[in-house]
Amino acid sequence: MFAYIVRRVVSGIILIIVMSLVTFLLFFASPIDPARFACGKNCSPALQEQTRKALGYDDPVFVQWGDFLKGVVQGRDYPSDPALRKTAPATIAHCPAPCLGYSKLSNDTVLNLVKNAFPVSLSLAIVAFIIWISGGIAFGVIAALKKGTIIDRGIVGISLVFFAFPTFFVGLFLYQFIAIQWQIVPIPNYVSIADGGFFTWLVGLLLPGLTLALFYMAGYVRMTRAFVLESMGEDYLRTANAKGLAPRKVLVKHSMRAALTPLVTMAGLDLASLVGGAIITETVFNYNGLGKLAVTAARNLDLPLTVGIVLLLATFVIMANIIVDVLYAFIDPRVRVG
Amino acid sequence: MTSHDTTASPATSAPVPRPSSSDALLSVRELAVHFPTSDGVVKAVDGLSFDVHRGKTLGIVGESGSGKSVSSAAILGLHNPARTRISGEIYLNGVDLLTLSSEQMRKRRGREVAMIFQDPLSAMHPYYTVGNQIIEAYRVHNDVSKKAARERAIEMLDRVGIPQPDRRIDDYPHQFSGGMRQRAMIAMGLINDPSMLIADEPTTALDVTVQAQILDLLQDLQREFNSAVIIITHDLGVVAEMADDVLVMYAGRAVEYGPCKEILTHPEMPYTWGLLSSVPDVKGDTSARLVPIPGNPPSLLNPPPGCTFHPRCVHKDKVPGDLCWTVEPRLEPGQRGPGHTKRCHLTNPDDIYATEVLPEVAPGLVEES
Repeated sequence: MFAYIVRRVVSGIILIIVMSLVTFLLFFASPIDPARFACGKNCSPALQEQTRKALGYDDPVFVQWGDFLKGVVQGRDYPSDPALRKTAPATIAHCPAPCLGYSKLSNDTVLNLVKNAFPVSLSLAIVAFIIWISGGIAFGVIAALKKGTIIDRGIVGISLVFFAFPTFFVGLFLYQFIAIQWQIVPIPNYVSIADGGFFTWLVGLLLPGLTLALFYMAGYVRMTRAFVLESMGEDYLRTANAKGLAPRKVLVKHSMRAALTPLVTMAGLDLASLVGGAIITETVFNYNGLGKLAVTAARNLDLPLTVGIVLLLATFVIMANIIVDVLYAFIDPRVRVG
Repeated sequence: MTSHDTTASPATSAPVPRPSSSDALLSVRELAVHFPTSDGVVKAVDGLSFDVHRGKTLGIVGESGSGKSVSSAAILGLHNPARTRISGEIYLNGVDLLTLSSEQMRKRRGREVAMIFQDPLSAMHPYYTVGNQIIEAYRVHNDVSKKAARERAIEMLDRVGIPQPDRRIDDYPHQFSGGMRQRAMIAMGLINDPSMLIADEPTTALDVTVQAQILDLLQDLQREFNSAVIIITHDLGVVAEMADDVLVMYAGRAVEYGPCKEILTHPEMPYTWGLLSSVPDVKGDTSARLVPIPGNPPSLLNPPPGCTFHPRCVHKDKVPGDLCWTVEPRLEPGQRGPGHTKRCHLTNPDDIYATEVLPEVAPGLVEES
């Protein structure tokens, strides 16, 4: 088991390094001249060249990629010029390890920008996750038990409606009616737990969390329903019934236990990609999370920031994959051996 | 065998005598299991009657879809009442199971009547240890501590021949071999000492070498616990070895019923003849061709009129007129006395069997019985 985890982590790290190279290559395949945008609006050709040199954009791609990897481990200076460091240290921006790049537009390291946005996205993802998992599984099981009835069709139909509506519509709808018109909850606003306590934090996240959860829930309702129904046709469920177990115990211990396995996989991956930012929801509710940061970076053609966020997202997904695979071994004893 | 012949007499004509409590342990009378579907009613089992006595074994034989497993699931009350129509009477220890509430039935399931399933790998939950599942079966019906239940489970595993049961109890089903899994299933089925055990093709998924061991084990345990056993199979070899009585099913109906030796030596129904002729002969002439039964089992939605077997029957021309096409034969005693009933219009089946069918039948099977 331990060897398996080590193997997965090592292959995960290799995957992240490859991912960074691909991101870099894509970055340079774009027709945008990064130096021009890093330099600002009123930029003379001379100044543009200077910026290009300062940020290292004049080097070949692979050299830049090497510098980037080195920066992750060691940190780096912008511009990387030992002579300038001695004569005019004020003109040098230092990016300490692990350096994911430097955004000239924001005059800050990518890591700092991400660090500020990450708790927002993480909080949002957690709240949404809890709503959609509990709701999705509960409604999915109910639909499975009432298969073919009006309740089943109602649940599946309504969840499909929420899935079909775009997030910005559901988000704006909730915002407009629940927060503004009926004032059931205050205007959603992110307050960290450290600043406002748990309750304020939670209330601030309720509407955007619900918006995201309603979207994801549809899939989970249908999946749970399908997996529970599938397990009900299994021979081992007939065995459980033949033992004389109470129906509730058959459902919870035997049927839902079997349905859990595929759900864990899905949930892990969905959560990971959501931690990387919910672009539309964060924009609708004006939350400064990773999703909004990514949109801003793309809109301003802030390429170092874009690369940083893409890499971070890829890392989350790869990590989630490893965690899910390891969890799988605990959930399914058949995976444990070998 | 002789005293048994008289008691095993099945109901052949209405009105059906209500069995007294001193009679058979399990009495099934005119059992019908129908599944209403959008295409019509599937009559999976119809007019089925049989008895099983304590310490005796009934073999139910028939091909896939003949209603063997459906009727056993009905005895356990495993059918979804919303999608099944069940009628008739199933007396177990003098109580009609079909009149019980689902909760009353649940309390009997696993305690008075238990079942062993065909494929032990899929019949055990892959995510729980063998011990967990056996202990669960015991604790449903016995209010004992986990520790006491565990000891009982180890004892049962030991009894069914699992080596090192105190260690293997914590294994998962996939860590067991096929034969061991079936032994564990038997331990699970017998842990509550049920008076009635239904084994649904218990050896079909197993290696031939393991099959004999499992059958021996079942016989030993039956003797030890003096339980009644129904063994469902399509393997006449299993029937010859295990059964005291045989019930041959076709298209949801009993077509021949009687003492095992009788049925195997003097079958009177062409379908039984077909089954016997299709058993390979491993002792005699191995190059001899098997004689298959022509055609396919009928649709249970639209069973053929008259005798359900007539489209596949090669002897129907020996019945005068169009009786086979128009009149469904009743399950009645044939030429060999009241203990042996068959559903067939043939008036002289014994002669036909002796002259036309017997040469095709592998001799080993009949000798064994």
